[in-house]
Amino acid sequence: MSDKPERFIDDEGLRLDGRRVDEIRPMKVEMGVLSRADGSCYLEWGNNKVLAAVYGPRELHPRRMQKPNEVLVRYKYNMASFSVEDRIRPGPSRRSTEISKVSGEAFEPVVMTQYYPGAVIDVFAEVLQADAGTRTAAINAATLALADAGIPMKGLVSACAVGKVDGQLVLDLNKPEDNYGQADLPVAMTQDGEITLLQMDGHLTPEELEEGLEMVKKGCQQILEIQREALVSRYGNEDEEAEEESPEEVPESEEEEEEEERDDSFDNEESEAENADENDVTEEDEGEEDERQ
Amino acid sequence: MSGSEVISRLKRDYIYNLMLKGEREDGRQFDELRDIALETSIIDKAEGSAMVQYGDTQVMVGVKMQVGTPFPDSPAEGVIITSMELNPIASPDFEAGPPREKAIEMARIVDRGIRESGAIDINKLCITGGEEVWMVFIDVHVLNNSGNILDAASLGAIAALMTTTVPSEREGKGEDYSMPVREMPVGISLIKIGDEMVLDPTYGEESVCETRIAISSNQDGSICSMQKSGSGSLTPAQVVKASKIAKEKGEIIREKYLLEI
Repeated sequence: MSDKPERFIDDEGLRLDGRRVDEIRPMKVEMGVLSRADGSCYLEWGNNKVLAAVYGPRELHPRRMQKPNEVLVRYKYNMASFSVEDRIRPGPSRRSTEISKVSGEAFEPVVMTQYYPGAVIDVFAEVLQADAGTRTAAINAATLALADAGIPMKGLVSACAVGKVDGQLVLDLNKPEDNYGQADLPVAMTQDGEITLLQMDGHLTPEELEEGLEMVKKGCQQILEIQREALVSRYGNEDEEAEEESPEEVPESEEEEEEEERDDSFDNEESEAENADENDVTEEDEGEEDERQ
Repeated sequence: MSGSEVISRLKRDYIYNLMLKGEREDGRQFDELRDIALETSIIDKAEGSAMVQYGDTQVMVGVKMQVGTPFPDSPAEGVIITSMELNPIASPDFEAGPPREKAIEMARIVDRGIRESGAIDINKLCITGGEEVWMVFIDVHVLNNSGNILDAASLGAIAALMTTTVPSEREGKGEDYSMPVREMPVGISLIKIGDEMVLDPTYGEESVCETRIAISSNQDGSICSMQKSGSGSLTPAQVVKASKIAKEKGEIIREKYLLEI
């Protein structure tokens, strides 16, 4: 039954899909693809096809889940039943529940949660076609969907996996490498290199772990560049944005504020981040300790 | 926010400030474990069982086995299923009902520690290839949550497996034999405070430090599973540091408790 390849890396150092060990699969992103969502992003990464949508900030039900001082980031990872070879039963599984939990937590360090106390930001990540690395693909799409929704963030989150095949570390596992490899280490990082998601299974020596984390950092940086380009191409030109944005008729007051935030966070991320830090210091006093970890 | 509803602001601040100074509410060092007690074969009805105490934390693990059908993509391999129940008996903030995301996540962390280390030779759990294999149910029952139930569950799971007898006679499948255990993974989790990593957190410490990394290591010092959870972030250096501590402490626990079984 096993269709495990004999070798994953050939004599020339090329992998089954022709990539080098430190190369990621081609990635294509498109933002703002769903008109009803507040933010959305479609992403293709190799043969993965994922769609992320953001709704909110909006009122949170059930109310007992509301957080008095901050917004709840609620992330739902879901695989379409037809996204894999053997149909999977629709609905949440233990696997998807776990991925949803840790992926949501991957955004908590960057989303400026103090701005919408008691509310919820819903992130829905739908895997339409799966081909190894869906959780990282979903996170990459979700980051852009959050940005598209104008959610204030301290920066972007980029995710990539590193693994081991034939005793060698490889970046961004493809399907055979994922199925039959010796280790899989998906990681999500902020643009400052802080790890916000980390899972691992398989077999790694301490040295390989260190090296793998270095490697995956470079992968995340490449993805960050792709994400930045996507942002710039959609929001880079202010005139264009004024025309293209606001597809719906919305009451003026609140929406305008949100648009402002959008300008800041996309055109000049650096200064936005600085502002953010200042805000943290001034606006936060009691809540600060909890935030800091 | 685990337990935040139950612990007062005042106490949370106290624990947090203490930790910033490098101290802990129970006087331990950051790299010091509480007293561990391990008892095995305590439930006769189970194929294998263990009771673990980390300080006041009490976790019981039972292993039950049944004959079942293998997965089509692994016709000659036994099946391991780990579940965890956060019973309301164990803590005021656990609620009755089916496992929610926190319990599911922890069960899967325990499961990966066992599975990915290759602790069990699942090929030896095949009865008739493609038709009948042993299903191994590892059930974790938390009885008292005084912090760090995850490490207690990991230790309990491997200890229970090591004392498990495959009930072939009962099921009419030949002679009983011992569970084919070939590796002893130990799961260690650490929480982050500032730049420091803290071992074996108490309930109070868990409620103020919400970033945790769980690491399982093997006898040869390699790492077989890791998971970050909680709302914060870690630097790569902290992950590497945590993995070294986990490996070191894992060795001690393995020698002191598992090799004794």
